[in-house]
Parts: sequence; structure tokens; C-alpha cells
Amino acid sequence: MVKKVGIEVSVAVADAAKLANVDVIAAYPITPQTHIVEHLAQIVADGELDAAYIPVESEHSVMSACCGASATGARTFTATAGQGLELMHEVMYVASAMQLPIVMAVANRALSAPLSVWGDHSDAMAVRDTGWIQIFVENGQEAVDNVLCAFRIAEDQRVLLPVMIHLDGFYLSHVIEPVGFPEQSEVDQFIPPYQYPLPLNPDKPVTMGAFAPPFIYSEAKKVQDVNLRASKEVIMECWKEFGNRFKRHYSPVESYRSEGTKVLLLTMGSFGETAMTAIDKMRGEGKKVGLLKLRLWRPFPFAEIRQAVKGAEVLIVLDRSLSYGGPGGPVCSEIRSALYQQEKKPQVISFIGGLGGRDITPAGFEEIITRGIEISQTGSDQEFELFGVRE
Amino acid sequence: MTKRDDQLTWKDLRIGSIVAEPGSASQYQTGTWRSQRPLFDSSKCIKCGMCYIFCPEGCVEQNTEGYFEANLFYCKGCGICARECWPRAITMVEEEE
Ligand code: SF4
Ligand code: SF4
Repeated sequence: MVKKVGIEVSVAVADAAKLANVDVIAAYPITPQTHIVEHLAQIVADGELDAAYIPVESEHSVMSACCGASATGARTFTATAGQGLELMHEVMYVASAMQLPIVMAVANRALSAPLSVWGDHSDAMAVRDTGWIQIFVENGQEAVDNVLCAFRIAEDQRVLLPVMIHLDGFYLSHVIEPVGFPEQSEVDQFIPPYQYPLPLNPDKPVTMGAFAPPFIYSEAKKVQDVNLRASKEVIMECWKEFGNRFKRHYSPVESYRSEGTKVLLLTMGSFGETAMTAIDKMRGEGKKVGLLKLRLWRPFPFAEIRQAVKGAEVLIVLDRSLSYGGPGGPVCSEIRSALYQQEKKPQVISFIGGLGGRDITPAGFEEIITRGIEISQTGSDQEFELFGVRE
Repeated sequence: MTKRDDQLTWKDLRIGSIVAEPGSASQYQTGTWRSQRPLFDSSKCIKCGMCYIFCPEGCVEQNTEGYFEANLFYCKGCGICARECWPRAITMVEEEE
């Protein structure tokens, strides 16, 4: 039995990167991610980890340095949040298209303006189409486990794609939680040594990210999409292997008390924990409601979502970001399109909440579910409801 | 026989669309971009080499008689050589002509 320790989740994430024995960390501090790279800087300075720590002047350079490091065959890690993730944006496409298996923890944060350092998923949604594998975690243990899995998935020769682990800023990054760590020897066995097939090497020169005229660009994009979709199999295989070894199990869509229920709530990230409390209370009162937690955001788990909502009549999706002037919640709009062609499908009701660190309490989740059921009966002329907004 | 670049399918691409043959860019015919070509008049040319220095494509070459000319496989027709040639030995002419 692994002994659990009380530890700040950011520090735990840094320790996970250390257990993964990373070679290169390029970093720039930004709230609420700073403690992750700060702790890694300490670990490297103390000689506990033999890695190159590259402090740069901006996140654009962070991602550029990560690309260069990964291309030489170095195991590469970084972390960021909010505006920092946005500043990396263009280079993130380069990382995925060049198939560089960088692992990045993102302590999700709202985007300015108005300036907010608090958490929501606006930053994650803005990088939705950068071609990275993206996994959302719910608590500190999941963050540690999935950072470890991320290296194994990213560096798998069948995948070779960068992976983002999304953990909610402050809700996770700054709380102290009980976390169990595997032994170094166990991690060493779980994550095989990284071997990039065509690394930068002066003796055997290659060109990465070369110029692609119109006659070849579509082919390059097709292969990227095929690879990202195909990575799901490796992700599932990795989680299965992780479960066998460490007895904690993960899947693309996780269900909580959803069997046989007609009403489902879907969340992503740390809000799942609070939502469970609300579900328990409502079930105690005889209300048949269940919870779905979307863990794998890219590649999007179409089959698993369709399976998870089978038999449900109402699906209430809570987004933590807003697509202005569009469908409202990005997660909800993807779920709607995943279900659109299905003959039997639940009504999908969209809520947006928890923006810029606004709390949603268990009573709040109850209210969302009750209101969602009401909308499913009465209909609504709104694309979505912004939960808790003062009118 | 390897396929021509414009016949490669998505399955033929290497990891990350990496190009593993050094110098393969030399096979890329940038000359097809051209709408004008430089005409070199050796009667005016003083062999100063300014066109050679300024050509951004690096495609101006010196022939055995020491005169300069553009390698039309690469020349993009930008006209920089003609602009820089102060003895006015280079004229840009429409490709159709
Ligand atoms: S710049 Fe003009 S004069 Fe000088 S070498 Fe070129 S063509 Fe001749
Ligand atoms: S037209 Fe431009 S590309 Fe062609 S030879 Fe002159 S400078 Fe070079």
C-alpha cells in the first residue's frame, strides 16, 4: 500500500515530473502555475534531478525551447496557465505537427480582460485545436497519475504527440491534498526510455517543420488528424496498464451514479468533486440524477460519450468558458455535435458557470440540475444559461 | 523509385513530416513562381557581380566567360537583380513574351 502524503498539488505535479526523470524543463512563471516550475527549479538546483532547467523571457520562448529540446530526443516538461498558454499558442501547433512529445501541465486560468488570475477553462478552450492530446484531472492524485501517464503516452512510438494535463488553477494547483506517489523503480518500469526516431543530430541532419507548398500541406494535416485520433487506443492502453500496476483507473468518460438515470450532468475538471456531493444529496432525496465526467478532451471520445448517455433523456452540460456570440459552451457544442446523428439522444442543455474563479457550491449544482430539468420541459430561447450571473 | 513530392500520400509522410534527405530543397523548382524573367545583356555588363550578391534566391551564376546569368530553375522573377544592376544590363520581361 502506497503511503499518502499531504502535499500542495503544484508541488506534487513537479514531483511527478521528477519521478518521470525529465531531461529538460523550460519555464516562465505565471499564476496559478508558478509553484510547479518553482519547485522544479529547486529540485534541479539541489541536484536531486539531473535536468537542464531553462528559464526564458516569455512563454513563447518556453514552447520554442521545449520544441528544440524535445527534437533532440530529450524528455521535456513545462507548465503554464492562462495568458501564458495564449502566448505559447502558435508554437503549440508546431510542437504537435512536428510530433514532439512534450508534456505540459496547465493550471487553468481565466483570460484577461478584465484581469483575472482565477480559474476557468477559457485558456484550455482557446488551445483546443492545437493538435495536442488533452486530459482534464479532478484532484491532486489524478494530476500526478496523469502526468506520469502523459510521458508514456506522448513518447509511445505509435503516438509521438505532445500532451497537456489540465488541472484547475487554485482549485487544484494551490490546495493541499493527500497524494500517493509510486516508487522511482516502479515509474522507471512504467515509462520506458524516450527514443525519438529522427532526432536532431549533426551527423544525420534532418529538416523539421519544413516549408510545405499547397500540394503537400493537406496530406500533412490529414496525417496529424489520423495520428491524434489513433492515439486514443494508446491512451486507453496506458490507463489500463496504469490501473494494473497502481490500482487507480482512468477512462475517457467517467460515470458516477449514472446507471439507469434519465438526467445526467456533465462536468470537466475539479468541479466533478463538488458535483458528486450534489448528486449524492439528490439521490438521497430519491431524485434520479447521475454525473458524467469528461476526462479526455482530445482526441474527443465520440464512442464513449454516445455510450455514456444511452438511455438518458436530459443531459446538462456545464462549461467553464464562453464562446462569445457562438454556441456558448465549447464542451456542450461538441457534445451536441457528437450526438446529433444519433437516432435516440438526450436533450442537451447548456450551462456556463464558474467563470474567473466563481465558486459553484453543491447547492449550486443542485440548482443547475433542477433548472436544467425545467428547461428540458419548457424549452428556452437562449443558447445557454450563465449560472449565477446577476441580472 | 521514390514518388515525386506532389504524388506522396499522407501515409508516405515521415513522422512530423520530417525531411530526412539533406539538401533536398534543391529539387524544388521555385522557377514556376515567376511571372517575369531577367534578361542579361552582356554588351552592357561590367561583371561587377552586384546581381550575384543581391539575388535573394542565390541563383545568379557566373558563366565561363565571366558574365552573370540567372538559373531559371530557381529564379523567382523578383527583379532585385535588375534594380541593383547600375549599368542597366538587366531587363525584366514578361514570361509570356
Ligand atoms: S549587376 Fe549588372 S553589370 Fe553587374 S554583373 Fe550583374 S548584370 Fe553585370
Ligand atoms: S529576378 Fe530575382 S530571383 Fe531571379 S535572378 Fe534576379 S534577383 Fe534572382
